[in-house]
Amino acid sequence: MTKVLKPENPNQVSEIIEWSLGDELPLDIAGTNTKRNLGRPILGKYGDADNRVIGHTLELSQLNGILLYEPEELVLTAEAGTPISDIEAAIAVNRQQLAFEPMNLERLYGTEGGTLGGVISCNLSGPRRFKSGAARDHILGIKGVSGRGELFKSGGRVVKNVTGYDLSKLMTGSYGTLAALTEITIKVLPSPEDTRTLILIGLDDELAQQAMTAAINSSHEVSGAVHLPLTLAIQSSVANISSSQTAITGLRLEGFGPSVDARIEALRINLKKYGDLEELDREDSVVFWSEVRDVRPFQKENRVLWRMSVTPSLSPLIVKNIRSEYEGEAFYDWGGGLIWYSMNQSSEDCGAQKVRSTIQNNGGGHATLIRADDISRSQVEVFQPQPKALAALSSRVKKSFDPKRIMNPDRMYLGV
Amino acid sequence: MKMPDPDKTILAKRNEIIGAMNKIVKKDNVIVEKKKLAVYESDGLTAYKQLPLIVVLPETVEQISSVLSYCHQNNVKIVPRGAGTSLSGGALPLADGITLGLGKFNQVLEVDYDNRCARVQPGVTNLAISKAVEGNGFYYAPDPSSQIACTIGGNVAENSGGVHCLKYGLTTNNILGLEIVLTDGEILRLGGKHMDSEGYDLLGLMTGSEGLLGVITEVTVRILPKPTTATALMVSFNSSEAGGKCVANIISAGIIPGGMEMMDGPAIAAAEAFVQVGYPVDVGALLLVELDGPPEEVDYLIEKVSSIAEALDAISVRVSENEMERESFWAGRKAAFPAIGRMTPDYYCMDGTIPRNKLPYVLESMDDMSKKYDLRVANVFHAGDGNLHPLIMYDANIPGELERAENFGADILRLCVEVGGVLTGEHGVGVEKRDLMGEMFSEIDLNQQQRVKCAFDPEQILNPGKVFPTLHRCAELGRMHINRGKLPFPDLPRF
Repeated sequence: MTKVLKPENPNQVSEIIEWSLGDELPLDIAGTNTKRNLGRPILGKYGDADNRVIGHTLELSQLNGILLYEPEELVLTAEAGTPISDIEAAIAVNRQQLAFEPMNLERLYGTEGGTLGGVISCNLSGPRRFKSGAARDHILGIKGVSGRGELFKSGGRVVKNVTGYDLSKLMTGSYGTLAALTEITIKVLPSPEDTRTLILIGLDDELAQQAMTAAINSSHEVSGAVHLPLTLAIQSSVANISSSQTAITGLRLEGFGPSVDARIEALRINLKKYGDLEELDREDSVVFWSEVRDVRPFQKENRVLWRMSVTPSLSPLIVKNIRSEYEGEAFYDWGGGLIWYSMNQSSEDCGAQKVRSTIQNNGGGHATLIRADDISRSQVEVFQPQPKALAALSSRVKKSFDPKRIMNPDRMYLGV
Repeated sequence: MKMPDPDKTILAKRNEIIGAMNKIVKKDNVIVEKKKLAVYESDGLTAYKQLPLIVVLPETVEQISSVLSYCHQNNVKIVPRGAGTSLSGGALPLADGITLGLGKFNQVLEVDYDNRCARVQPGVTNLAISKAVEGNGFYYAPDPSSQIACTIGGNVAENSGGVHCLKYGLTTNNILGLEIVLTDGEILRLGGKHMDSEGYDLLGLMTGSEGLLGVITEVTVRILPKPTTATALMVSFNSSEAGGKCVANIISAGIIPGGMEMMDGPAIAAAEAFVQVGYPVDVGALLLVELDGPPEEVDYLIEKVSSIAEALDAISVRVSENEMERESFWAGRKAAFPAIGRMTPDYYCMDGTIPRNKLPYVLESMDDMSKKYDLRVANVFHAGDGNLHPLIMYDANIPGELERAENFGADILRLCVEVGGVLTGEHGVGVEKRDLMGEMFSEIDLNQQQRVKCAFDPEQILNPGKVFPTLHRCAELGRMHINRGKLPFPDLPRF
């Protein structure tokens, strides 16, 4: 019978994995289980690629606590099961933040309370991604237990480090398929003194894309560039957004007060030609960008949801193309580099063929099926399928950590 | 440093290998004469020299793929090489290995301003990328000191940094895509113009892998709009400790400068004697802080940084008045290595990183070591990120001095690890720090890294003898001892 095992220290994690190796029983690895519905389902009647049943669930929620935080060194080490909100609260005291702005992906599944390990395992980043990097750009070191049951480490606690392979980055975005992380060291950075947002009113997708590109390509250090169509903009809890009753394009400026003042005026002049401009103050900006970060417009619904990472300038074209076959709503983040697409009506493959071929034919990138029912996610590739040689390499990398394929088997790719 | 013994069967097959290479690349691009091979006998770590078996200079990706396939099938080792500026011996040749020079891959293939990226071949120099895009107000941020010569392929292999990486990140944070060739000849593309690669972050893994995993044949780099202005502050203190405290206070005030560099007394004196840019020579530490961005921001931060420095009893605070003066402030720092070179027949440059607050302890210990080994040392630091470059001065012509310098260096690196830091911040492990890896990693850690190597290069023909102190066969690393048994007492509340 499947048990939920909650180890209290890294040695117990290692013990559990060793036992599972002995029985060759795959482990379902989680933090607090909030992102259960992301990825291929590995539990239950669908079994795994080798027709094995899942042994036990390894839940890392008891590995909870900040082990080291040195604000003037810009570094924090925490156990993998530490809630991300605890970390953000602890560093906010010193006016610091996680610059990659981890999104609360779990809110798309109606859950709350993700962990640091979850954020790292899914490489979750927010609207600042194109300027400040992803979670993977802020990880300094890890400790974890591989699928061999061995406790290993990589990296360290300093920013500049090229000693050995960067296995910390490899762990980031590996969805628990290589190792169970026990301890994570990340970079923290100062929070901006001020945050404001310029809003362009009523642009269509193509013009919005041009405006976002112009803004990011200016020297005004734009740290957020999003475009929301009318149907999504009106859902915002920020009255200044929803009351405009049009599509809106938001451009965020952050930093020291006098710097934001100067840049916002300069950017206003740059963008005048695109349409009417309004401005969100600091308070509204913070709320608005947290809505963007957590994809709020698509939280309270159950439509099939795709997340696409694409060549930024081509995003309106990609959306138009997909829309010709699958009606739906799109919003653009990362200056067009990230498309969230919610489909009104889906098909058996959830539109995967159309979505992926469109991206393939328009500059490349990848699409993840973020939300769909269990059956769909066991039949449609949730993550972008890889070309044969790359898939073979990924499989060998998996094997180098987890030769018996007991760590979250199939969660990313069938057989990995 | 002992390199793996050359394989006699390969040495005996040299002519056969030359013949095979002549069939893949133009005859002119296979270098076999001893005199011409000597050009490649070492890289930036000149203490180590070795003639390669031969040098091959391919011109197309297909040629690289064919060369690697041949080597894969015939068990011939390969050492990839860009401009050969590595300071850790990453491109040190092997007597029984082909040095694969990527110098002919020197084209900027595409600049895409709308998507803020450029596709370049690996042999393009770091500086040439910035030069190619500067007309449109862009630049490529990582700027290692050797940027005029070092290539982007080498930068990716070593995950190079530079003065600006505190604010703008290392190579790994500034590339979007790679094309690589594996030892079996497979050509793979990782990432592209989009953000975050799909599947495992093999882009992150390749960056800093020191030429051990695959040969890089194309790089897509991020380019950034240039900041409008930049101003430098030159602040002097009585001691490195006060300088270190100033760095901590600047960061605690929420300021991440574009660059923040420190030099100790001996380094300041050497630099000033060399370039005469007006460095105060009777001080204990000199801190250079560069602030970049819109003029309003720069002015605001100059005030803040100045008052932080003054509160710590800085001896002097100078603000650059114009671009020429800003460059002169940097001229001394940039010339620090050659400046030390004038004072001593030879010097040995170290590259450890430490948590910044350990700086006083590390400097004090280094002083003691300097006495113990009877060798002088000067220090330049990337102060913002704790990356130290102690320069140990010695004379290779005096018997025993090189060994003493190396032992001194090894002691410094052990100390870095002991205080929570690492062996190398930006120069790489290469051959230089290979045998010290055990100071930082357990055997389990190192074996796991080697297993990853095996996933890419099961015959271990790519750059062997670098990074790992002990070479294990992949089959041996793959073995696993399993304790057969059921999960005992799963109902116990211990989990």
